[in-house]
Amino acid sequence: MTALLRTEAITKAYGGVQALSGATVAVEEGTVAGLIGPNGSGKTTLFNVITGYARPDAGQVLFRDRAITGYAPDKVFAAGIGRTFQLTRIFPRLTVIENMLIAAQSRDRPKNLLAGFGRGAWTQHRRHAQELLAFAGIERHAEVLAGSLSYGQRKLLELAYVLVADPAVLLLDEPAGGVNPTLINHIADRIRLLNAQQGKTFLLVEHNMEFVMGLCSTITVLESGADVVSGPPEIVRTDKRVLDAYLGTDVDEEEEDAQ
Amino acid sequence: MAREITQAIVDGILVGGVYALMAVGLTLIFGVLDIINVAQGVLVILGAYLSYSLFTKAHIDPFLGLLVTVPAMFALGVVIHWAFIRRLRGTERTSMTLLVTYAVGLIIEGILFKVYGASTVQLTTSYTNSSVHVLGFYIGWIYIWGFVLAVALVVALYALLYRTKFGRSVRATMQDETAARLVGIDVNRVAALTFGIGVAVTAAGGMVYGATNAFNANSGYDLISRLLSIIILGGMGSVGGALGASVLMLTLESVVTVWQPTWAVAVYYAVLVVVLLYRPTGLFGRQAVRAQ
Amino acid sequence: MSLEAGKKAPAVSAGSAGRGGGLVLLAALAVLFPIIFSNPSVTNYGVLTMIFVTAATGWNIFSGNSGYISLGQAVFYGSGAYAMGIAARDWHIQGTGVFALLPLSGAVGALIAVPFGLVALRVRRHTFIVITLAIFFIFQLMAFNLWFTGGSSGLGSPFLSWSPVSYNRSFYYIALAFAAGSVLVAWAVRRSRFGLQLRAIRDDEERARGLGVKAMRVKLGAFTISGAITAMIGAVWFYYLNQVEPQTGFNPLFDLSLVLMVFLGGYGSVSGPVLGALIIEPLTLWLNTQPAFSGSVSEIVLGAIFLLVVLFLPRGIIPTGGELITKIRTRGKPAVIPATTVGPPSPVSPGRSVSSGGTL
Repeated sequence: MTALLRTEAITKAYGGVQALSGATVAVEEGTVAGLIGPNGSGKTTLFNVITGYARPDAGQVLFRDRAITGYAPDKVFAAGIGRTFQLTRIFPRLTVIENMLIAAQSRDRPKNLLAGFGRGAWTQHRRHAQELLAFAGIERHAEVLAGSLSYGQRKLLELAYVLVADPAVLLLDEPAGGVNPTLINHIADRIRLLNAQQGKTFLLVEHNMEFVMGLCSTITVLESGADVVSGPPEIVRTDKRVLDAYLGTDVDEEEEDAQ
Repeated sequence: MAREITQAIVDGILVGGVYALMAVGLTLIFGVLDIINVAQGVLVILGAYLSYSLFTKAHIDPFLGLLVTVPAMFALGVVIHWAFIRRLRGTERTSMTLLVTYAVGLIIEGILFKVYGASTVQLTTSYTNSSVHVLGFYIGWIYIWGFVLAVALVVALYALLYRTKFGRSVRATMQDETAARLVGIDVNRVAALTFGIGVAVTAAGGMVYGATNAFNANSGYDLISRLLSIIILGGMGSVGGALGASVLMLTLESVVTVWQPTWAVAVYYAVLVVVLLYRPTGLFGRQAVRAQ
Repeated sequence: MSLEAGKKAPAVSAGSAGRGGGLVLLAALAVLFPIIFSNPSVTNYGVLTMIFVTAATGWNIFSGNSGYISLGQAVFYGSGAYAMGIAARDWHIQGTGVFALLPLSGAVGALIAVPFGLVALRVRRHTFIVITLAIFFIFQLMAFNLWFTGGSSGLGSPFLSWSPVSYNRSFYYIALAFAAGSVLVAWAVRRSRFGLQLRAIRDDEERARGLGVKAMRVKLGAFTISGAITAMIGAVWFYYLNQVEPQTGFNPLFDLSLVLMVFLGGYGSVSGPVLGALIIEPLTLWLNTQPAFSGSVSEIVLGAIFLLVVLFLPRGIIPTGGELITKIRTRGKPAVIPATTVGPPSPVSPGRSVSSGGTL
């Protein structure tokens, strides 16, 4: 059985910098997978390539065994892959609920221009949006301008956002970054719930090791733009290559000297 | 016909050098400050009027007069930056500064109208109408001197940018403002001084423009539309691009004028539209246009 | 949740009742204006002000909502004026029949907006401003030089031999109708899905695109609506003054005035442009009648006011005023609930169906 979402040997260079040099990652359906690696290892670039915000120089992105390489972001979104951003990208001058409605409006096309002015379909979208906001835990801020939310609340909004289109796969870019411990647990909780109750597949980029180890069933390690190790947390945690990647080969030499 | 066209090409190149001066200032300002200084056209006219007044009232030769007008315009640029532009922050900064400079330009234009009236003038000295006869073509002396001046100033600008510490700070700020700040560069000072330099070159450009064209306070609009086309064509922020585009556009206009004088100026807009349709970052320009 | 909804409701209805009453009063005043002040020199102010209310609202429908500042609205204004003039001259239309040409001007505006927008809306915002300027200059050039536009002396319109009082009054009501109509359109856009998409584009166009918003279509739609409105009111202006020349129909100060009005009153809001026009236009007209403020000085004053507004009132009177009022009303209460209070986890996860009941 092939993975729900996978990449094959993605390479991508930005000017002189080789961001990705053969990244092959596979995410099985119904799992919560993690993507870790030191800074600059290409994690966000890989996300950008998968979700259409960047074009790879080589390699493929396959979703349900269909190549979606180079698809524009809205097509990727429509195909069923949702994505959050590391630096939250919300619409600051719209209210929280309006933010949700923008994500929702892509789901159906109005029959003609005039219908675009109508309010009918909106009541349905509104209700759905409010449910999702409640799930994320920020429903009481629905009428507030999104720009005045705190960082943590924005992260929750991004989560609610990405759920609007009911995606099969969610790519979360540092969902626990810069957020207080209570909120981290809340987010982890939401992810577990979505995974267990709705079978949603997750791919998380994270630096918070505890978060990743505690949540993910498979972890892939990226280093210098290529995948280095992939496996369950216990294996990855103790793999020498992972330690090398994070701490550099000096650790290796020190150990040899000590012997 | 061939003779006329060749004369037009020669004219175009020479005048292009002069426009390069004004365009380089504009593109420098954009590269460092992310500002589109639409007042640049009016400032050229101000420089022209200043040289004109110095000559007609105090009988100071225009080239010598630059020793006065260039520092004066530099100071004006710094003041404008300090008073109006420095305060603007935020995500829509580029658009807002465009509006602000538009307004500043309008004010200066109004003042010029009030002071000098609506009639056109031209800076005429003993040498502005004499030309040299080379290979059967007439080349006005003023254009030659103007071109030489332009080249000299551009070279000086390059020297400033690439050989001095200040120039290094300018280029650093151009590339990444935050990084420049982190390295200890006083970005505000760099911005103010760069704006001043950008405006100062208009003094020189203005003098030559005033010596070669009849102008009044209204002439700024014509100028700014050409300058904007030039820097967009050459790539906003690219000094070399401004140079190349100036010569190219002026030569093109000059040649088109041989056939169709009325519509020649439309050449700028047409080229602008075509370029932006196919290469939104300009022809020569780098990809350095920052996201607004 | 229900408790909060209860707490919110009375405040909202009291506010909207107040606003509703205010609107009715305003409407009544607007309608009665030329009857109360029948002096033609006063009603002249009214006509031109209403024209600018329309133009400013039209400008805002596109620029205010999308964040793309256009300095080329004069293209539509002048084109609408010229379209009516050319049609009236070539089709020999006289008298009140000329009014029937208004939709033609609107159509011309829309037709120009499409290619104009297709070219201009592909680029970044600051380059967009520059392109609108360039296209403006092209049109001015064409007005001076094309064979059918009457050159630098422009075009005249057929005369209506009415008395000054009824002439101004009629034009006032027409302009008022347009003003009210454009405000209605602005309001409809604001509340609609279309308007929401526009505002999302304003905040983060790339993200909006990534979420499926058809950015070009939306922008072009708003641009066309704005263009059509501006063209029609330009035609009204032309017929009122009986004349258009290249430098009056395509006047660089026109766009700056619009921008000033909208920024002053409140960029992006529906009532902002109205307020801005109500303040700036009468002021400009009055300044022009003062001998000390001959043409060039009004430029200086306009530019100076604009600088002041942009530097000190960046969001305009209405939003800033609105914020002030909200601050006064909610004195002491925190504006946004602090970050630590994240809602209790909902035991039921939201299902695909809307009618999941849930614990809302």
